[in-house]
Amino acid sequence: MSKYILKRILMLIPTLIGAAIFVFFLLRLIPGDVCELRLAGTGLYADPAEILLCQKNLGLDQPLFVQFLDFLWGYVIFDLGDSMWTGFPVVHEIAIRFELSLQVAIMATVVAVAIAIPLGIISAVKQNTWIDYVVRTFSIAGIAMPSFWLGILIILGLLIGSQHFFGEPWMPPITYVPIWIDPMENLAQLIWPAVATGYRYSAVATRMTRSALLEVLREDYVRTARAKGLIEKVIINRHALKNSLLPVVTIIAIEFAFLMGGLVVTEQVFNLNGLGKLFVESVENQDFNMTQQLVMLVVVIFVFTNLFVDILYAWLDPRIRYS
Amino acid sequence: MATASEIQVDDDFAELAEKKAWHQVAIDLVRKQPLAAGGFAIVVMMVLMAIFAEFLTFFPPEDNDLEHMLEAPNDVYILGADQFGRDLLTRIVFGARTALFVGFTCAIVGATCGMVLGVASAYFGGTFDLIVQRLVDVIMAFPLIILALAVVATLGPGTVNVIIAITIPFIPQCARVVRSNALAIREIPYVDAARALGFSDARIILRHMAPNVMAPFLIMLTSFLGQAILLEASLSYLGMGVQEPTPAWGLMLQGGAEEFAESAPWVAIWPGVAISLAVFGFNLFGDGVRDTLDPKLRSR
Amino acid sequence: MTNLTTKLALATLIGAGLVVGGTVEAAPKKGGILNYVVGSKIPSYDGHKETTFGMSHPIRPYYSTLIRVNPDNPASPTDFVCDVCVGDVPKGEEGGTKFTFKIRKDVEFHDGTPMTAQDVKATMDKIIFPPKGIPSARKAFFKAVASITAPDDETVIFKLAFPTGTFIPALALPFNFIYSKKDLDTHGYTWHQKNVNGTGAFKFVQHQKGSFVEGVRNASYHHKGKPYLDGIKAISAPKLAVRVQAIRGDRASIEFRGFPPKHRDDLVKALGNKITVQESDWNCVLMFAPNHKVKPFDDPRVRRALTYAVDRHGGSKYLSRIAIVKTVGGIVFPNHPFAANEAELSKLAGYSKDIGASRAEAKKLLAAAGVPNLKFVLNNRGVDQPYKVVGTWLIDQWKKVGMKVTQRVQPSPPFYATLRKKKDFDVSIDFNCQSVINPIADITKFLTTAGNNYSAGGDAKADAIYEKLLRSADPKEQRAMIRQYEKRVIDDAMVAAITLWWYKINPHRSYVKGWKIAPSHYLNQHLDNIWLDK
Repeated sequence: MSKYILKRILMLIPTLIGAAIFVFFLLRLIPGDVCELRLAGTGLYADPAEILLCQKNLGLDQPLFVQFLDFLWGYVIFDLGDSMWTGFPVVHEIAIRFELSLQVAIMATVVAVAIAIPLGIISAVKQNTWIDYVVRTFSIAGIAMPSFWLGILIILGLLIGSQHFFGEPWMPPITYVPIWIDPMENLAQLIWPAVATGYRYSAVATRMTRSALLEVLREDYVRTARAKGLIEKVIINRHALKNSLLPVVTIIAIEFAFLMGGLVVTEQVFNLNGLGKLFVESVENQDFNMTQQLVMLVVVIFVFTNLFVDILYAWLDPRIRYS
Repeated sequence: MATASEIQVDDDFAELAEKKAWHQVAIDLVRKQPLAAGGFAIVVMMVLMAIFAEFLTFFPPEDNDLEHMLEAPNDVYILGADQFGRDLLTRIVFGARTALFVGFTCAIVGATCGMVLGVASAYFGGTFDLIVQRLVDVIMAFPLIILALAVVATLGPGTVNVIIAITIPFIPQCARVVRSNALAIREIPYVDAARALGFSDARIILRHMAPNVMAPFLIMLTSFLGQAILLEASLSYLGMGVQEPTPAWGLMLQGGAEEFAESAPWVAIWPGVAISLAVFGFNLFGDGVRDTLDPKLRSR
Repeated sequence: MTNLTTKLALATLIGAGLVVGGTVEAAPKKGGILNYVVGSKIPSYDGHKETTFGMSHPIRPYYSTLIRVNPDNPASPTDFVCDVCVGDVPKGEEGGTKFTFKIRKDVEFHDGTPMTAQDVKATMDKIIFPPKGIPSARKAFFKAVASITAPDDETVIFKLAFPTGTFIPALALPFNFIYSKKDLDTHGYTWHQKNVNGTGAFKFVQHQKGSFVEGVRNASYHHKGKPYLDGIKAISAPKLAVRVQAIRGDRASIEFRGFPPKHRDDLVKALGNKITVQESDWNCVLMFAPNHKVKPFDDPRVRRALTYAVDRHGGSKYLSRIAIVKTVGGIVFPNHPFAANEAELSKLAGYSKDIGASRAEAKKLLAAAGVPNLKFVLNNRGVDQPYKVVGTWLIDQWKKVGMKVTQRVQPSPPFYATLRKKKDFDVSIDFNCQSVINPIADITKFLTTAGNNYSAGGDAKADAIYEKLLRSADPKEQRAMIRQYEKRVIDDAMVAAITLWWYKINPHRSYVKGWKIAPSHYLNQHLDNIWLDK
């Protein structure tokens, strides 16, 4: 088992390095740089000497290879550098957005699981009946609707609905308050994106639950249980469900990893100060440092989530360990 | 004397030999897989819309007509007009062309490249496989939208660049799935036999292994269709996709959705409905394809 | 529709009354926190370095400047008042080459240090004569300044190398934050990029990155009795729709940049007289610049065809309904004494009310130049208002004279790079945005050697006219020369073309009082005269 884990961890390293190379050079391909954007502003004349100066201060005039080594060296000495746009340490900039993204990701996952597992079970048990069709239609609608469209509809609904029923238009708060400081304010802001996102992700999990459960229900040991005369409900709860949950947990874990930083559009619609918004801004500002660190953070989360899932799988299913 | 089992076999043969009329086949299909049939119908409708756009509409999709800006739906402008006075129905029908063009191109190119890569990776094994797998890992570690954004930021917005941006994340997805299927096939003796007979690698890959991964290939292809349309819409919403005055559903939402959602809701609603319907249709259809091709999921 | 029109008229009337009269207001109430939304991000806190309203809106309230636009009359391009100086803004002595300012004795920095003329001198030195390696975005505005001296703690003297009417408006620029000499000496010249210590009406409390900037009232503010507010909070909201919704849902009371007309209408329709609307011409203009180094735009006939094809009056009528552009004008801010009047304007290429004749002329010019069905790509910036809207409209205008144009929309950084460095465009959307209305300085954009002239070309005759203009001291003469300059740069030689001037529409919650709209979103943002009627 430990050999398996070690092997998996070793395979992580080239992935991480590859990601670092990929993102570094991809960003440098973007024309223009942060200094031009800073000093150009709204068309006020920018002195080329000023721009050169700015570039020198940020180390942008060094050869690419040197900049790349600087970037990697930062990981060795635990100094992730400063944002090229604001000058503040990258870690500070990321910290508060990380908090918010984490909370939304967790809430969305809870919503997704709460919807997906019961619906997936119903859909599998009643396969090809009209209940199955309704559930599948409902969940595919979740995937089909553009998330920003749903978000826009939600906010508009809130504004117009609240004015219609209560006289004053109500809108979710647009600034983030941590949940331990003011839970009501916090939830009032985050419940809507959590529901909008959770509905989308429940679709994927529902289908996974359905197909995993269907597979298990065909297995011989389930037929045996039926032949023994056990009630269907007992069969499902005690035998089938446990074994089918593994792929479902996998999907949920991987989707969770994508929720961190992948919610770019949702954050725009709900004005959330999260990792996705930070990413879009730093790409727009050509803030190479910020973008690199952000992408690496998301990649690390994803890669380690995968690792966790692989280890979980190997632990629960000995066949994989020995392959 | 015919035994019971003999009679049964005869009956079975008779049933199998019976040639069913094609409409009977179609009705059976609809009855057995209603959702997939519905999806297929939507897909066909979209494709027809895209091909025959000019014949189905009366207005030019790109010409401004500022006199009629934001006109409410009426006899002439069936779904209303947008902020430049352009007929919404026309732009949605032409938008199908853009959506399907982007969708099909990205899906086909992405799935095909992925399949070739996955099969080659499984076939050659060794260092080639190791390197390709690492590359796949790296690219798959990026959330789809982030990768697409980065590519568009580098190449600039525009239809071609959007296609490139969306196709890139598809390739490793498909490669990974195809590879695990192809690995199983590699162990089958006839591949070894083919090698022993001196067939070239390319021939073995293309003629023996590739056809056997058709099932996962098709499943991924149909899955990509829906994803591509949604990604294009998201990128356009962020301002980095297809540009004016080309009609594209995501672009219509970006320009119209929030700006005029209250005073002219039709500008925000119809493009969203179009996107949802298209993706919905492709997904249903893809589900049907998968259910048919994946024997484990067929109901008894 | 009538209901809406009535509401709109009422709201605008109230707004106009606030702007013009000032006598309609009741006595200001003290207290309350002002929440406002800002659509752009904060790069750094240093006003001398930055140029974006994304910095100005949140950070301006924490600082004072030497002089500023009169908060009660911000629409005037000549009405300046003292902020940290005493009395009226000095007229120039010695033929307009010497300006003596008396500095107030009761100004304090937020850390307790008293402010003196030495701080003012140190600040202006940093802006006008920055040490090597220190950026100063407005150095070029002060080319005329020869020296700055502070003989005692209450006097600052500016000596100019030559008299110029651009000096006082440049001094009033809202980015000239007064810094403490002590801070500059002890912490260096880049300290203010990440730290705030000013003499403004509010004290900086915190900046939650990406979310908001918060400040509280400065009890020792030198304009006694102000500010009225207890505190301010600038909330970040990049999407226009979110900003509008925030005002509608009362998460914010006001936004200082401007909304397109449809959003104003939505807000008024939803909230009636809970919304007040203030409107004004905006010192920003959208242009398009043909690249003189690319064929066939090196031919003035082709360039003139481009401008003849555009129906500005029709565009103004319709675009003003969905975009933040409106006024048809020449190169000078509309309604400024130096701006062309209607008669003069209609004589310029593309400004005639007879669009049929203009378009015929355009087709003739194209045929004469040998490119009747010209195809080219328009380089545009990826911002909706008003860039993409106007871009889409321009393409249609050019289509009507037989040209086939597609758009290449880029996000801001590559857009600027294309304009500034690479210059690999056929025709590009361009703009000229200034803060204080300073026509003689603002029109330098068309000069051949101007740093922000992106057309890669100019007109020698126009340059010569401008040289004379700069040295002239008689307003009548200046106006006549500006007319000649205008005719050269947007008509005869067609260096670049003006499309439409922007129009600022600020709907806000009616309980916000005391803020008067200015013709630029950079002006009047110190917020010390705002109070909440709640």
